[in-house]
Amino acid sequence: MTTRYTRTAKALHWLMAILFFGLLALGFYMHDLPLSPDKLKLYSWHKWAGVSAFLLVWFRLFWRVTHRPPALPDSMPRVMQVAAHAGHFLLYALMLAIPLSGWLMSSAKGFQTVWFGVLPIPDLLAKNKELGELLQTVHMSLNLLFAAVIAGHAGAALKHHFIDKDDILIRMLPAHATEK
Amino acid sequence: MKRLAIALAFALPVAAQAVEFNQVQADKSAIHFTYKQMGVAVDGKFKRFSSQISFDPAKPTAGRAAFDVELASVDTGAPEGDDEVAGKPWFNSKAFPTARFVSSGVKALGGNKYEVAGQLTIKGKTQEVVVPATFTAQGDSGVFDGGFTIRRGDFSIGEGSWAKFDIVANEVQIKFRVTATGK
Repeated sequence: MTTRYTRTAKALHWLMAILFFGLLALGFYMHDLPLSPDKLKLYSWHKWAGVSAFLLVWFRLFWRVTHRPPALPDSMPRVMQVAAHAGHFLLYALMLAIPLSGWLMSSAKGFQTVWFGVLPIPDLLAKNKELGELLQTVHMSLNLLFAAVIAGHAGAALKHHFIDKDDILIRMLPAHATEK
Repeated sequence: MKRLAIALAFALPVAAQAVEFNQVQADKSAIHFTYKQMGVAVDGKFKRFSSQISFDPAKPTAGRAAFDVELASVDTGAPEGDDEVAGKPWFNSKAFPTARFVSSGVKALGGNKYEVAGQLTIKGKTQEVVVPATFTAQGDSGVFDGGFTIRRGDFSIGEGSWAKFDIVANEVQIKFRVTATGK
């Protein structure tokens, strides 16, 4: 039974932590701005980063399925292990659902996403104002939930480190030994 | 007698076509435009405009067209965009409520293709434009389809922080369809 993450799994974890933190912060900041060239620029960057994150999540899921992560320690009560797995499942589900809801919202609002201003991403929906507003609420709500689950995830990792004093947190750190 | 029949056979279709299309059907006419925002093509339209057209396919070069577009009726594709472009940096539609096109000449390019030259005035600035258009007879009415590209910078549409074209491109494609019947 392995007790270590692969280098790739760690890199994906931290890369996506930075990416999603940036996307969340940018999303909450930009949506209230008055219309300006900078706002349009930020929206485009947010969409480009969102599409990139969406692709990375699929790669991460592929990696997750083909490289079994280390098991949770036996010292963890059964109910906490189930909660941990459920939390991770929810994180993956949100990492897929949130970019997808943004993509759908863009389509419904009539603003196609053009990745890095070069590659047009197909519109999944025809332009529809009401649907666009509904999807905006969905995108926003999913992100509030995501922020809460991330806070829980980080809180749990800190609890493992400082209270349970196990290696759950440090085994994800870049400096910790990796699986070959 | 035979000669007369042939002459009639040729003359009749021409006579039947010699209708001047000059009653514009507002409900079957539209002006759309497409602009690019950081590489993304966005469609918009003007909901209200009036036009006067007189066009006889038998005498195309005598054709005339005039359009008055109510700039406050713009639909940019996003509600906050509609409010924004009414303002001073864009259309300044309080001071310049309409955009106007008046034709100065029509050239027949063969087939159903024509070229309409004229003056386009937006926001107090006038530019010569040449508008390629087609004419298609549909029963009692005639349909004019056309499109051309303007540079928003030529009309000071988008000043100040919008004056650079890195976010909203300079080129704006305008497409129209006007349906008119004869009198």
